[in-house]
Amino acid sequence: MSDVALPHSAFAAMGTVVSLRIARSRAPVDGFAAEDAATADVVATFARWAARCSLFDPASELSRINRGELALPDASEDVRRAYAVALEWRTRTGGAFTPHRGDGVIDLNGVVKALAIAEAGATLQRAGFARWGIDAGGDVLVAPGTLGDPEWLIGIADPADRAQLLALFELGRRRLAIATSGSAERGDHIWTVPGAGPTPFVQVSVAAGDILTADVLATAIVSGGHAALDEFTERFDVDVLAVPRDGSLLATPGWPRVARSTEFLSPKSAVAR
Amino acid sequence: MKRRAVILASAASAAAILAGWELGALNAMTMPVAQDNPTAVGGFGSNGSGSGGSGSSGSGSAGATAGRSTGSSSQASASSAVDGTFTGTTVSTRFGNVQVQVTISGGALTDVTALHLTDHDGRSVSISNRAAPILKDEVLQAQSASVSMVSGATYTSAAYLQSLQAALDQAGF
Repeated sequence: MSDVALPHSAFAAMGTVVSLRIARSRAPVDGFAAEDAATADVVATFARWAARCSLFDPASELSRINRGELALPDASEDVRRAYAVALEWRTRTGGAFTPHRGDGVIDLNGVVKALAIAEAGATLQRAGFARWGIDAGGDVLVAPGTLGDPEWLIGIADPADRAQLLALFELGRRRLAIATSGSAERGDHIWTVPGAGPTPFVQVSVAAGDILTADVLATAIVSGGHAALDEFTERFDVDVLAVPRDGSLLATPGWPRVARSTEFLSPKSAVAR
Repeated sequence: MKRRAVILASAASAAAILAGWELGALNAMTMPVAQDNPTAVGGFGSNGSGSGGSGSSGSGSAGATAGRSTGSSSQASASSAVDGTFTGTTVSTRFGNVQVQVTISGGALTDVTALHLTDHDGRSVSISNRAAPILKDEVLQAQSASVSMVSGATYTSAAYLQSLQAALDQAGF
């Protein structure tokens, strides 16, 4: 990516691109020094997590662990923490989410990006910005808003056509984070539960109060299929939009929708479902 | 008043069916009952100030457990007497207690919300969060809406350049 010019508000990290939005409540007195410093912090945060846990980087600690060159207990605190977080989510999702790939490789991609996003968000919040948003390769976290702040309007990419939007979701009050998983971009990179066969979903978006929950559950529902969708929407406080392979849509009641006439609630159409 | 009654009846019917469907309880038995005799699955009332009248319609019968509806009518306008939000009575089903709220706008049912769903173990709301089929034009409002960022399956750095997100970043949103 170093040979490609990115917009000022974006930088490459973890094999994808991170987009940043930072706004202050009043006009800056220091030019954009504060924004530039915060951006540098965020870039450094992503770089650190990538150096520790990225499988895209053969020199990362995790790559060395997977090659047997480094023992997990000897790894940095970041790696051990990410692994612990991943194991915790494996338990919470009954194994639908797991850091253990079918081929024995420890894969922390499922939590590392979210950990980096969360840490970057905490940095921006501490820096005192009134309004910020981070979109790391399609996983979005925004600043907690207060009444009166406009919410962030987030588009959900159409898995059939990246240039199109499939749906919209507002972040900033009820939900602060949304993550989308699927096989549309990087191939079937999500390993399904053993024996479960290919995932029935081409894309799953999960909105939650925090990015880790959103990111992990989006992955877990893709990998766990319909059973995981039903279970996790019950057990966790999330809104979900799932796209089955036939291109239809499944949404939880909390997913924003356009008010429609009585027609779609009529007994006839209800039965058709 | 008759129009109101018809609409409320259909609202109750639709709501009961929706609730049943969400509970996975939709079967041949519940359908005719809900359609033929809406009050059997709980009535809808309103304390709204619309000219269409006020007060509860139907206090529920067989299944109703929590009696009075606590409807709060809103936006009742002169042109459409029945507009408003109506709360149904709590109904006991074999899947637990169900209470729904409907919104009627311009004489049409525009929204149904499950206010209260519990199973017999007292676990609440869980099953009401089930994902259900939805039409594409229900989740995508006007395309011209100002989107700040895009959520999608992780793109590669190269794919980013062709993405909507890149365009938004270039525009500085």
